[in-house]
Amino acid sequence: MIKAVMVMNTQGKPRLAKFYEYLPPEKQQELIRSVFAVLCSRAENVSNFIQAESIFGPDSRLVYKHFATLYFVLVFDSSENELAVLDLIQVFVETLDKCFKNVCELDIVFNYSKIHTILDEIIFGGQVLETSSTEVMKAVEEISKLEAASNSITLIPKSASGWRNR
Amino acid sequence: MSGPSLMDSLFQRTLEDIIKGLRHQLIGEQAFISKALEEIRKEIKSTDLSTKSTALLKLSYLSSLHFHDMSFASFHALEVLSSPRFSHKKIAYHAISLSFHDSTPVLLLITNHLRKDLSSTNEFEILSAVVGVFCELASKDPRSYLPLAPEFYKILVDSKNNWVLIKVLKIFAKLAPLEPRLAKRVVEPICDHMRRTGAKSLLFECVRTVVTSLSDYDSAVRLAVGKVREFLVDEDPNLKYLGLQALSIVASKHLWAVSENKEIVIKSLSDADPNIKIESLRLVMAMVSEDNVPEISRVLVNYAIKSDPEFCNEILGSILSTCSRNVYEIIVDFDWYVSLLGEMSRIPHCQKGEEIENQLIDIGMRVKDVRPELARVSRDLLIDPALLGNPFLHRVLSASAWASGEYVEFSRNPLELMEALLQPRTSLLPPSIRAIYIQSAFKVLAFCLRTYLMLRGTAASSTCPDNLPSGVSASMSYESFDDLSVENGGDVTVTHGQPSTSASITDESIGNLFNLVELTLGPLLGSHDVEVEERARNVVGFVDMTKLGLLNASAQEEKDIEGKGVEASKTIKLMCDAFTKELGPVSISAQGKVPLPDGLELKENLGDLEMICGDIEQPSSNSVSFGSSYEEKVDVSFSNLQIKEDSEQSNESTSLLAEHRKRHGLYYLSTGQSETISNDYPPANDPMSQGNINDNADDLVKLAEDSLIPKKKLNHVKPRPVVVKLDEMDEKPFATKKCDPKDDSLSGAVWDILLGSEDMVPTSSRSNLSDKPSNKIKGKEKQRTEPHLESKENLVEDGNSSSRRRKHRSHGKERRHKSPRKKNAEEGEDSVQKVKEKRSHRHGRHKSRQRADEPLNVTPQTPVIPDFLL
Repeated sequence: MIKAVMVMNTQGKPRLAKFYEYLPPEKQQELIRSVFAVLCSRAENVSNFIQAESIFGPDSRLVYKHFATLYFVLVFDSSENELAVLDLIQVFVETLDKCFKNVCELDIVFNYSKIHTILDEIIFGGQVLETSSTEVMKAVEEISKLEAASNSITLIPKSASGWRNR
Repeated sequence: MSGPSLMDSLFQRTLEDIIKGLRHQLIGEQAFISKALEEIRKEIKSTDLSTKSTALLKLSYLSSLHFHDMSFASFHALEVLSSPRFSHKKIAYHAISLSFHDSTPVLLLITNHLRKDLSSTNEFEILSAVVGVFCELASKDPRSYLPLAPEFYKILVDSKNNWVLIKVLKIFAKLAPLEPRLAKRVVEPICDHMRRTGAKSLLFECVRTVVTSLSDYDSAVRLAVGKVREFLVDEDPNLKYLGLQALSIVASKHLWAVSENKEIVIKSLSDADPNIKIESLRLVMAMVSEDNVPEISRVLVNYAIKSDPEFCNEILGSILSTCSRNVYEIIVDFDWYVSLLGEMSRIPHCQKGEEIENQLIDIGMRVKDVRPELARVSRDLLIDPALLGNPFLHRVLSASAWASGEYVEFSRNPLELMEALLQPRTSLLPPSIRAIYIQSAFKVLAFCLRTYLMLRGTAASSTCPDNLPSGVSASMSYESFDDLSVENGGDVTVTHGQPSTSASITDESIGNLFNLVELTLGPLLGSHDVEVEERARNVVGFVDMTKLGLLNASAQEEKDIEGKGVEASKTIKLMCDAFTKELGPVSISAQGKVPLPDGLELKENLGDLEMICGDIEQPSSNSVSFGSSYEEKVDVSFSNLQIKEDSEQSNESTSLLAEHRKRHGLYYLSTGQSETISNDYPPANDPMSQGNINDNADDLVKLAEDSLIPKKKLNHVKPRPVVVKLDEMDEKPFATKKCDPKDDSLSGAVWDILLGSEDMVPTSSRSNLSDKPSNKIKGKEKQRTEPHLESKENLVEDGNSSSRRRKHRSHGKERRHKSPRKKNAEEGEDSVQKVKEKRSHRHGRHKSRQRADEPLNVTPQTPVIPDFLL
């Protein structure tokens, strides 16, 4: 299964963290830090694997991809295929790219809920559900519609920022 | 506090506001977050579900990316979940997935909601998820899923989805080893996928399935290895890395696969990617065999010198662990290996001091033949003052100091050794190691003095002292002297051609030696470290006792037969006796075999003692290998006590030990026997080649062409010396020891051959294989040392052995054989020999066990001792 998905920027700031086995927040922070410590020491154009067992315990593997200012990291166990998981990162990033039209770090910073929605369509409970970005896009759009519909019933403006933006 | 008002929810900040605020950081991140958390705590209590859900979303965000605890909100999350609105539910599920775990109190309450909210997904998702779940279940308990194999087989043949196929392959990798018929069925479809698929991930999964679970199907393995080769030559480092990984899986059963790709493997050692480097190092080490270990190690060590510190130590570590595997299974030439260890210690980045220390001592104890070389290597390390400045080397120096003291009789220049052990820079050592230095200096000093006495004795009895035969050397004299004392003068002979101490020990040098000791150890008498102080006192006390007698006697020329000289020489003899006896390694389980004597209360009343000793700090042990320093100290003072006693008793401790060994021979590990070794192995210490890293990689490739081809050299230049093993141990007595059942059966088989052949009479393992290298079993010999055989008194040597014995006398570097065995072997092979084991004090690691077992009365040697140690 997939154990964790992390997105962090090249300064080590976490932008997305999803652990499929419960870990207390402090532990999550520690893990992200140790992963970043290894990531930032690696050169470009080397393999996308990191020895993960020292960080995540036995039967852990880690692949990552570096896009612009972001590292996308997936941690998983021996029941996943390394190359397939690398492809999965690609699918995730492609989907983000389609959703945000040339995705950049800021899109991920400001769209916390949407990123999680996308991720949940690809990986759920540590199992990979969908590997086609088109299918993921369809599902995400459907969910957005549902959300919008459920919100449109609201009469009172939801927030101060909503007021300001008018 | 009143509940949140309408105003609160009207002016509630959204998640977006929080994110923006965090980015502006007007008041600092931590302050901003605590303020936000404060708001959230208020808002989450709101009765308005919109306000509540927004608060929950903000909290989820802060928990997920800023790692703040959100467990306090678990009930609020449930409340949001009950909202009819989809957007609220979504937020709630997200929060729950982040924060709930098995011990969350409201966990049970979710299930109802889940049941209501479950919606269907599309077909692929279901199949994918189901197969994924099966894949995980199967990895835990594969046998229960065998009945489902036909379903999985259908998926394997029909499915077009790579993701699903990968999962099914993973399931078959688990199931195939359980059911051979299943393996036979799936091997063809898997090969089909391998040939057809364009997806690297599926291809790699097929390869992995074949090499892990279907490695008996040759054609499949060949196909898989062919695909691995494609991976290895690919530009993509990921494929290269995975290819190397697949090779290491296949290596255990099909080493040819590695050999076929050795060039690529070895070139990968200089890859930019540390993952690939380590993987290829592992593969190179998998190719190491008895025949090529010197060449490969040489090249790797040269390569390590030029590598970054991390990879350098990775290389050194794998050389150390490969060479020590199964009690140095692949090492034939221990002289080479010991000097390699010495060389490795000198590599600037080397941080493997502890491992090298363990191996140096371990080899010294197990392999008798290597001791002269060990003494040489140790000396070279000790006399270099620069090495003392490197803390990583202290452990190695500790082993060297110990070996120099323990095997001082092989030293060419003990005086020089004294200077090395007492050099000023030893103050850089930690006290525990410094104590070992001083203890070793003690041994060397005792040896020097005895050698001096022997020389003087020879000179006195000879009419013209200047014509001392060069062959009769100090250490020879020492040896025979030693034999005299131990063997009750029974079978003493003068052996010839022993390694000679090149620097002759004169009156003047002895005087200097005393001065050196007093000068360097004097200040240590007040050392704050107990170990250092104690040992320094021992040495200085010894000097005080012997100095006057020796120097006066020499002043009075040949009148040393009387007066103080006699007393001094007795003291020296006593100390030498105490130091020269070997205590071999003792099986770690030996203590358990000792029956508990009647009436011995081990546990009673010790509780009180614990209270007394509770706050006393344990003295730090010197090192793994030196046993308890406390024991050693006891031993020294014990010896000192004895000095004051009558000379009749001088051998008491040694004879006690000898008797103990006779009686409890089975608890001792025989310390091995030497085989004659010719000296024609190529020198290990070739000057290091000074190329750049790429040159080295080329060297490696060349080497691969030459030596990695699995070829068998028909004749080893020399037979492998005997390595003492404690076969039965499942725990390692020393850090390096590994027991492999395979090795047991191998050595057992060799032993069977030895026993079965007519002209090979079972011999005392300790005694006579040394004198007859069994050329019949060239090199391969794994002499199993059998404690129960060791105790046999009578030893019949067959006539053949003498003719097979090598002429090792002609070499400058001779092996010394203690005890009369040697002589007897030379005199007549058919004679029945009496083998006596000699045992005595040794400041070895097994001291404590030894002393614990020591009996007070002496019983005759039992002829047959059951081999329950084996």
